[in-house]
Amino acid sequence: MVYAVKNNKPKKLSGILLHLHPQSINEKALAFNRTFGLGGMAALLIVLQFITGIMLRLYYEPFPQKAYDSIIYLQNSVIFGQLIRNIHHWCGVFLVIIAFLHLLRVFFTGGFQSSRKVNWIIGLVLLVLIIGSNFSGYLLPWDQLAYWAVTVGTSLLDYIPFIGSSLKHLMLAGEEVNAQTLLIFYNFHTAVFPILLLLLMAYHFWRVRKAGGIILPNNNDEKNFVPTYPNLLYREFIVALALIAVVFTFAVFFNAPLLTKANPDFSLNPTKAPWYFAGIQELLMHFHPFIAAFLIPAAIFICLIMLPFLNLKEELNGVWFYSEQAKSAAKFAMFSSIVITSFLVVLNEFFPKFETLLPSINSLITNGLVPVIILLLIVWIFYKFVSKKFQLSPIGKVQTMFVFITTAFIVLTLIGIFFRGVDMKLTLPWNV
Amino acid sequence: MKKKKQIKKVNDKKEKVTEELSPETKLENRRSFLKKIWKGFGIIASVEVAAVFFGFLLSGKQDSEMKPKQIYEAGKVNSFQPNSVTSFRGGRFYLARLQDGGFIALSLRCTHLGCSINWEESKKRFICPCHSSSFAINGEVENPPAPTALDYFPIKIENGVVKVDIGTKLKRNRFNKSQVEYA
Repeated sequence: MVYAVKNNKPKKLSGILLHLHPQSINEKALAFNRTFGLGGMAALLIVLQFITGIMLRLYYEPFPQKAYDSIIYLQNSVIFGQLIRNIHHWCGVFLVIIAFLHLLRVFFTGGFQSSRKVNWIIGLVLLVLIIGSNFSGYLLPWDQLAYWAVTVGTSLLDYIPFIGSSLKHLMLAGEEVNAQTLLIFYNFHTAVFPILLLLLMAYHFWRVRKAGGIILPNNNDEKNFVPTYPNLLYREFIVALALIAVVFTFAVFFNAPLLTKANPDFSLNPTKAPWYFAGIQELLMHFHPFIAAFLIPAAIFICLIMLPFLNLKEELNGVWFYSEQAKSAAKFAMFSSIVITSFLVVLNEFFPKFETLLPSINSLITNGLVPVIILLLIVWIFYKFVSKKFQLSPIGKVQTMFVFITTAFIVLTLIGIFFRGVDMKLTLPWNV
Repeated sequence: MKKKKQIKKVNDKKEKVTEELSPETKLENRRSFLKKIWKGFGIIASVEVAAVFFGFLLSGKQDSEMKPKQIYEAGKVNSFQPNSVTSFRGGRFYLARLQDGGFIALSLRCTHLGCSINWEESKKRFICPCHSSSFAINGEVENPPAPTALDYFPIKIENGVVKVDIGTKLKRNRFNKSQVEYA
């Protein structure tokens, strides 16, 4: 249902909201499957994080002797304390997922091209800030889960060449997680990241408007503009309510995890990095840390940054997947990536590694160079095969390889979260 | 040719100096001069801010690093059996006595990603619960992904008592005999 006439003049609250949106918008922009409301959802979750975060701040004490007890007190003695913590926890989880889905949506509809180049980069920075917020918040409960996840997560920095160990030293204020670390993480979580997020978010929104709103296929024959209020605002309101309902339902039925108080002497078995790093941790099971923790993530991130500056010759302009051919290539890439990735993980689990077969050679070669060459070979063969089979244009090629690598990353993450049990051995999800 | 050019240039300069400057260009010159001064001030100010920021950040750290020498008395030499490992959680190290009677004090931290390792008596090895790296009794890697042997602490044996300097952690790639202390 679309309200064609300006029967409702924006008043007060809706008037303020109309500073974010133009007065009237293209009717086509209203369709839910243009964006699935993902960007708006992410923004709403950040607002919820601000509100619940300030509430948690009123009870939380960022000192190793007090932090854990203050969480226990919050949960047991404060009315709605547990609920507020749960909402904060689940919003954090959903925020990472939805921001990632938003990235996928923008990619598959071509929101990184022409006038949106800079905004793609801003979006990537926002994603880094969201993960940074999440990671810095992970330490604050000061339980075993927090302590060891952050120990493992920051140890990854050690393998960045030249600056890695001093960066880790700066972040932890020492060699290991300590009282100073907690204070640093607390300040980044509750001051530095929120402020940066807010500023960049405003800029992100402003650039969307500068680019003419959300990306739409530009056939000029039919441009029907309708008033934003109530058409768009009502739709946004419904999505917001639905999202809040889902988050609150999770918060009521599933508690945020809290184990025993942090103990630097005993690691959990298994010790896992925060879930959004589970993919990188899974890579660590198969590669030398320099490859897994630095080279592969850095290469992927650089590819994402370079994406808008590739010469793709054509533009997607809001059309999902560009063409039917590219669409079926994407499906094929997804399916083969799932099969190949899980096959390699299982193969590497049950077959002896090069490293143990040739112990005299440096592990950076046996466990780094050799598997990387194998990996690049697989990617190269797949690339050649797909390009030939589906006769892809440059845009289709980029899209297919993006699907191939992203799917591999998702599969690795899922394996890391759900299929790694005691001693980090492969098990079935119900045994984890 | 060159001489001619030089002469021309000199002439140009002379002309410029002798030329009467209009009030507008005077104002323009003064403005650009002031702008330059402001830029200079800006650069000096930002260097100052950066210096304060980093000084503030780093000076606090140095203090926490300058720990006094911490010596941990583990016990008498005879109280440790050869080919055995004793855990000192208070000092955050394992004291291993090797087959030949030598001592080595090993850090709890796995060299892969910093988890605390556990001693498995039945298999005579250290095992890391994070990525199942395992280490021999002398700290050498038995099973990857750990890239290097366990860190160790210097030991002194005085009057038959094993003393471990837990303030200095030493890194190494591989185990060798020089890291072992004999009674």
